[in-house]
Amino acid sequence: MANTNTKENPTSLIGASMPRNDVYEKVTGTAVYTDDIQFGGKLLYARVKRSPYPHALIKKIDVSKARALPGVKAVITGADFPNKIGLYLKDKNILAIDRVRFIGEGVAAVAAISNEIAMKALELIDVDYEELEPVFDPEFGASKEAPLIHPDLGSYTWPDFIFPEPGTNIANHFKIKKGDIDKAWGECAYVVERKFKVPHIQHVPIEPHVAVAMQDEKGKITLWASSQSPFAQRALIAETLGISPTDLRVIAPYVGGGFGSKAGVTMEAIPVALATKCKGWPVKLLLTREEEFFTNFVRQGLVSIVKAGCDKNGRLVALRNIMYFDGGGSTEYGVNVTRAAGYSSSGPYDIPNVQTDSICVYTNHPIGGAYRGFGMSELHTGLDQVMDELAEKAGIDKVEFLKMNAVKGGDILDTGMTMHPNGLVQCIENVAKSIDWNEEKKPVHPNKLRGKGIAVAWKAPAMPPNAGSSAWVELAEDGKVTVGLGGQEIGQGTFTVMAQMAAAALGVKYEDVRIAGPVDTQYSPYEWQTVASRLTWSMGNAIRNAALDARKQILDVVAQAWHENAEDLDIVNGIVVSYKSENETSLKNIAIYGIPKENNEGWIGGPIIGRGSFMPTYVTNLDPETGQGPRSVVHYTVGCEGLDIEIDKETGAITVLKAAASFDVGHAINPALVKAQIEGGFVQGLSSAMFEEIRLRKGVMTNPSFMDYRIATSADINFHLETPYVEVPQDDGPWGARGVGEHPMVPTIAALGNAIYNATKIRLQGPPYSAEKIYLAMVDNNVVK
Amino acid sequence: MALKQITLTVNDLVETVDVPQNMTLLQMLREKLSLTGTKNGCTAGECGACTVLMNGEPVNSCMVLAAECDGANVVTVEGLAKDGKLSKVQEAIIKTGGVQCGFCTPGMLISATALLDRNPHPSEAEIRAALVGNLCRCTGYFRIVEAVKEAAKM
Repeated sequence: MANTNTKENPTSLIGASMPRNDVYEKVTGTAVYTDDIQFGGKLLYARVKRSPYPHALIKKIDVSKARALPGVKAVITGADFPNKIGLYLKDKNILAIDRVRFIGEGVAAVAAISNEIAMKALELIDVDYEELEPVFDPEFGASKEAPLIHPDLGSYTWPDFIFPEPGTNIANHFKIKKGDIDKAWGECAYVVERKFKVPHIQHVPIEPHVAVAMQDEKGKITLWASSQSPFAQRALIAETLGISPTDLRVIAPYVGGGFGSKAGVTMEAIPVALATKCKGWPVKLLLTREEEFFTNFVRQGLVSIVKAGCDKNGRLVALRNIMYFDGGGSTEYGVNVTRAAGYSSSGPYDIPNVQTDSICVYTNHPIGGAYRGFGMSELHTGLDQVMDELAEKAGIDKVEFLKMNAVKGGDILDTGMTMHPNGLVQCIENVAKSIDWNEEKKPVHPNKLRGKGIAVAWKAPAMPPNAGSSAWVELAEDGKVTVGLGGQEIGQGTFTVMAQMAAAALGVKYEDVRIAGPVDTQYSPYEWQTVASRLTWSMGNAIRNAALDARKQILDVVAQAWHENAEDLDIVNGIVVSYKSENETSLKNIAIYGIPKENNEGWIGGPIIGRGSFMPTYVTNLDPETGQGPRSVVHYTVGCEGLDIEIDKETGAITVLKAAASFDVGHAINPALVKAQIEGGFVQGLSSAMFEEIRLRKGVMTNPSFMDYRIATSADINFHLETPYVEVPQDDGPWGARGVGEHPMVPTIAALGNAIYNATKIRLQGPPYSAEKIYLAMVDNNVVK
Repeated sequence: MALKQITLTVNDLVETVDVPQNMTLLQMLREKLSLTGTKNGCTAGECGACTVLMNGEPVNSCMVLAAECDGANVVTVEGLAKDGKLSKVQEAIIKTGGVQCGFCTPGMLISATALLDRNPHPSEAEIRAALVGNLCRCTGYFRIVEAVKEAAKM
């Protein structure tokens, strides 16, 4: 338990909606993002030559004409950088070598003195391809008949919790076997089985990917990037280039939206590679919005077959879940999405018998990577709609069904791990109340159908078992505090929450804490990545530990100077006080120069700097055949969402009347930021449910613009959303907190699908639940004529 | 590329700039005048991140040629605060918590300012309509719309 046995007095700061510490910069236009940094007249512009084929051999690349073009400073191809790169399964190259595996894959790159010259140079690069049979269907791709996309899979490297099957297109096959599924079906009174398809979608940060790299004459490289992962990028790019990680410095300013797209390594390696060929010149690669849509990470598509059964009382007995993830041409990061969906495949339900196959399949589609929710939205889309149908079949009210089957503290999960205390039942009750679940629902207009839907969700931080955080807390002459951290401010408000935690643990005012930004791997403390909703919990622990360390140093020095016991001292609003002697002194009196001893006999203390780190040490590997093990994850954040909607019988258009989202956040350090995360996540989920799909035709994305790939606008979100959160403390979270960054978009597709069913009695195979799709289904099912 | 000299007012300052004929107003602001508060999200007039006021009207500055701006009066996000005092919309969006990553914020603030200039007491529907060209991926718009309502009351 991390939050006992200290005298810190957090009550006024922990649980307070402090204003964001980055907001003044952001509203005045002075906040610096990567593309805002000025590099002067030597800046070079990078552009990438991309494959027009989904699957082909590269027979020959001729870059001689491009190289000869005046103004071109460097041209590179994949052959210049032969080492593989990847976060989990190392299956990717900086630029393609010998073979291209999706449309848009980089085959060559140019750095030139202007964007126009770089574009012209691309036209001068000749590439001879030999087309190969592509794979676009993950189910077929997993079969023995499918052409191989990575024939050398067996020679790649991967961590021991990923299970590729060389000789096939299966990049990871995660299995769960809990209980006896075959026997269990006989105990079921009701069974539902359905197939679902979830399309690829894009993260759509409003800031496109941008990275600038420069190598100095001695070989040291600096990379400025819009990045969720400066430390992972340092490690992975350095490894690929064969240099030492600390010879690559990554500076990561504010990020204009990430959602997973700026995690791991994607386009950032290209300007670094170019920079090694033109030392002393900064090289910038800024993706166009079109490139942003399909050349970087996308969310993997999913085909899932879900079968679930319950007894006559509605108690869940069995679940069979088969998921084929459409991993794309590389699955270096995506293999762990598949793993996460696998070990979480029961959803937040207590089910004694579970069998799961979660399969990551290479296809000739864009590369699937991390996306807010990390496999959970895709998993829950099918799972929660099958549960909806099962409750109906069993004749049990859906809310009662959810509460009865909700996972509770002490339940044995699908992996064999014991569930921690959690507030899922309370979340379900909150949502039911918010959307007046039990109230008779009549359409407002005779031409409309009305329906309500509800769905639950869970998600654990998906990461290696030992992903770590570290921090320092330093005091300056004025007694004010600077916090060093390596996690990124990507909009979620982590700099604000970390400042609150540091202030609370140390005993200073929130306004007196500054964050040492931008994160710079040369001096910022290590942080694995800004992903997995893990910072409030993991980095928060590191910062709290660092602040407590600084606090201890201060109190020890003052106690010595005052001839008192440190236990009798406290720090309140930046003043050290003694409850015993009633002495007091400001931190600024001791922070740097220490305290003079009596009688001019020297000094005590000196500059104060606290250090802290945190790494979970208890996560275990799981059995490769059964997925069973003592502790599969650090913890789960659970929650529930519901919608009350109308559907226009003449158009199929959905109008949301009211919605609710309730999550168990452990302890809301900053309630306003928690609510803002939940609101934004809900709308991203709703946008994916109603509008979004990367339309792929023979590997070509046919809608790579905001005109054709629509995301929710201000006009779409014309309803009230309630976000009553629940606080069941996390045992190893700072002040009991756990993350909620990704979760709000996890159950949204299923909740809307259930509402559509409730209104129309139609169960659609998958999102987006567009007006057209709903209308045509209503015609097909004689709901309308 | 031939250069054209233009003179315009940007945030109350008169600027004379030599611009290539194909340079956009967005590029000129960011690259010639170092006003990087205005953001580039799509270069296609679709996301609204580059919105500035041009002669009082909100425009996507990526869709306007700098050469057309001779004599124009342009206001960017950097011009909203006067003498260190934030504008009403800036104050309001801080209060309601309508800023997350901040990349859409400059364009949002400009569109909201333009709305309140022409319609000091807009309905919620009018607010939502006025911001429809400014995409935000973080907030779900709730607190941004709230901010405009709040600013209208100030």
